[in-house]
Amino acid sequence: MSWIGRSLPRLEDPSLLMGRGRYVADLARGAASVKFVRSPVAAGRILSIDVPDGELVFTAADLAGVKPICPILHRPDYIAVEQPILARDRVMFCGQALAVVVAEDQSLAEDLAEQVFADIDAEDAIVDMDTALAEGATAVHAHAPGNVLVEGVLRSPGLDAAFTDAAEIVSLDLRSGRQSAMPLEGRGGVAQYDRISGRVTLYASVQMPHMLRTGLADVLQMPEADLRVVAPDVGGGFGQKMSLFPEYVVLVWLARKLERDVAWIEDRRENFLASSHSRDQSFRVRGAFAKDGTLLGIDADLKSNVGAFSCYPVTCGVEPLMALAELPGPYKVAEYGVRSRGVTTNTGMMAPYRGVSRPMLTLTMERMMDVAAKRLGIDPIEIRRRNLIDTFPHRSPTGLVYDEGSYKEAMDRAVEAIDLTGFRARQREARAAGRYLGIGFSVFSERTGYGTPAYAARGMNIVPGYEIVSCAMDPSGFVEARIGSSPHGQGLKTALAQLIADELGVEPGKVKVISGDTDATPYGWGTFASRSMVIAGGACKLAAGKVATRLRSVAAVMMQADEDQVVLEDGLARVTGTNQSLPIPEVARASYHQSHRFGQAGPGLIENATYDPGGTFSNACHACIVEVDIETGGVKIERFVVAEDAGVLINPMIVDGQIHGGVAQGIANALFEELVYDETGNLLTVSLADYLPPTIAEVPKIEIEHLVTLSDATITKAKGVGEGGAIGAPAAIINATVDALSPFGVEIFQIPATPQHIRKLIREAERNAHG
Amino acid sequence: MANKHDITLTVNGKDYSLTVEPRRTLADALRDDCGLTGTHLGCEHGVCGACTVLVDDKPVRSCLMFAVQAEGRAVRTVEGLAKGDVLHPLQKAFWENHGLQCGFCTPGFLMLAAGALEADPDLSEEEIRDILSSNLCRCTGYQNIIKSVCLAANEMRACPPSADR
Ligand code: FES
Ligand code: FES
Repeated sequence: MSWIGRSLPRLEDPSLLMGRGRYVADLARGAASVKFVRSPVAAGRILSIDVPDGELVFTAADLAGVKPICPILHRPDYIAVEQPILARDRVMFCGQALAVVVAEDQSLAEDLAEQVFADIDAEDAIVDMDTALAEGATAVHAHAPGNVLVEGVLRSPGLDAAFTDAAEIVSLDLRSGRQSAMPLEGRGGVAQYDRISGRVTLYASVQMPHMLRTGLADVLQMPEADLRVVAPDVGGGFGQKMSLFPEYVVLVWLARKLERDVAWIEDRRENFLASSHSRDQSFRVRGAFAKDGTLLGIDADLKSNVGAFSCYPVTCGVEPLMALAELPGPYKVAEYGVRSRGVTTNTGMMAPYRGVSRPMLTLTMERMMDVAAKRLGIDPIEIRRRNLIDTFPHRSPTGLVYDEGSYKEAMDRAVEAIDLTGFRARQREARAAGRYLGIGFSVFSERTGYGTPAYAARGMNIVPGYEIVSCAMDPSGFVEARIGSSPHGQGLKTALAQLIADELGVEPGKVKVISGDTDATPYGWGTFASRSMVIAGGACKLAAGKVATRLRSVAAVMMQADEDQVVLEDGLARVTGTNQSLPIPEVARASYHQSHRFGQAGPGLIENATYDPGGTFSNACHACIVEVDIETGGVKIERFVVAEDAGVLINPMIVDGQIHGGVAQGIANALFEELVYDETGNLLTVSLADYLPPTIAEVPKIEIEHLVTLSDATITKAKGVGEGGAIGAPAAIINATVDALSPFGVEIFQIPATPQHIRKLIREAERNAHG
Repeated sequence: MANKHDITLTVNGKDYSLTVEPRRTLADALRDDCGLTGTHLGCEHGVCGACTVLVDDKPVRSCLMFAVQAEGRAVRTVEGLAKGDVLHPLQKAFWENHGLQCGFCTPGFLMLAAGALEADPDLSEEEIRDILSSNLCRCTGYQNIIKSVCLAANEMRACPPSADR
């Protein structure tokens, strides 16, 4: 019986449930406490920093010899910027680290930090993109006049003709507020110094331990071998924990300098101020439609506020270049013109967050479809049907090749599950009773599991993408799979164990997946971009498959059978068509201890495999019903349906869990969460009382329908699913809200669509109606 | 610095003698002085509920209570929920129903639910939802948390935990 496809309870859970998890703050005992002194202003010249005498306080002057962080893209339109580890002459955003203090415990470190005084000659900060791009604007970085750090432009030759031929041109201006991935566990690290070897072990709450080690070694100019990075249990990341941050550099530097263990555990305020942000985007898009609703062309001007610095290793190109490449999403469009810019400002750094640009791209395309449908008098579902990709492989105007998907089928499934027809009747009744219900849809593709070619095409200096897995069966018949990928709460170890168990004919409980330790795992890229199940999973299947081959040949010798007659199942190596079998542990032991008998197949059962796929696309349709309270502007989600195609589900329960969590974050993006700076660049939302992550009261039941398209783009037939929930939800919710407000003729092009914003739109609509 | 106080904290039935500043929170005392790191800190300002523990059987945000205030009271943390290796019905339900992903919020939800269900075993789903809305989870979208707690509530009603807890 196959383990794949079963909702196996997670192997990770018992220790976490008993409070025996090991998150980074749990490892800080005995270490000195580190606290950063942060800039209270967004821009200015540092005149002096006064530090108390005789205490452990360090500033940029002490860090001479440590290089700044400087991620590179090999593109002519990219301007590299250097991020000093501690601010040197200037401060660039509110919350930038100016100094670091070390004390015996956390409260003493906080006391000491209060005694550090920075004299900063504050200057006018550039906070928003309009100011940054205005004629004659001050340059945030002197060598980047114009404040554009990356700019991609594409224009297909027939674009103008498409617009000339159009029966209807839909022009939209959309905006997305700045958001935080806001993992419940903030960032943090414990750097332990080993006095004998001089090595430092950094335990850190990160998604990419190998990459972090490389980055740290580069800026600290030390051999990578002198550094070990361990990601213990990680309390969520959602992209925020995949960049090299200055704080980690300081920790390793301090441990080496002071020859002792040091710990920095970020607090929530610091997480809002100084960890990365995302989504702050402004899109101006025109769509050319034929009379029958066919989308003829898209012309787009896309701007992303990337903040003061560029994130390592993916760079500030991450949002703008994703936007450029993937705007058309699941729709066929022959002609495409796009200009996508990463604009620098005196705000926190923009880095990946679950979905990267695609929530905004999807919002754009799905709003466009609804607006075009209305103008052309076509049903919103029908206009989508006419434009959705339906022949595979499909090549997009930016050269992306989409493997098999089920775009139309997923939409149909969602329409049926949410009972569109029934809803319309209910909507009419409700409206007659003064209640405003609306329905909205969002169809999207989620590009997942892409290997090195995709990142190389982007011009990345550090090209991620492959995964290496080392799989070994030990003499007791237990399996160890060492993976370069590094989960942060998804349950990856269980799903991989299921995959490996099927290859080797053992139970998943006999498979230990080892991750997140650079001393114990092969080089790899961690978990991001919905890649781990596809790529690490593929590499696990290959590596375990090779071990299985050796196991079978050893068993064949032991049972004097033909190798291809041996099958591995239920813990046994069986000779097919006979009742001959051996327990797998017995075969494993023989392979190690009687290796002389097995020629080619021995000794031992250890294999490596690498997988570097071109990538695949999962797809989904989100549908939701909302009720808008027109008095308060509040939106309540009544039903939320997801029809998702992620290929083969290795562990359906885990897949559903990813969708649930993603949708909740999408709801947050659509309606609640926004990081707000004032005009001086001071961040106003620094607590969970100001930034409003949804609670159980705001998240409705999420209903999921699965479709399964098997594509050859992935060897396990699994497609990534980590981000989809967050990608599709905002568009469905906003479309539903607009539908609810259709009696007012209100259109929404901004997220989060807060009650204030919705009230403002209703007021304007009423004024126009009466004026 | 500030003067320190000698206190005895009784956590999960065991006494811990500590010397703490008055400003030390119960959360920090549990984690750093008692070494009970199962209680997590997600905000330290009373919003997320990750630090929820039971004090005299009532759910309390341990980041908002000082350790000295807990002197003489019975504190229960996630480490005391299972009996040896036998999981509490809530823990079992969370495990079987995928009620956790990263697990960081989990101790807070477990203790919140444990406190609520001990106080009123007959809570309806609506009431449970209402209570759970005081804690944040960033991973699960709450779907399986509510499911887990409701199933555990049923089980606990069917076989109430013995009085010796
Ligand atoms: S840590 Fe206590 S409520 Fe968040
Ligand atoms: S499981 Fe990660 S925060 Fe709840």
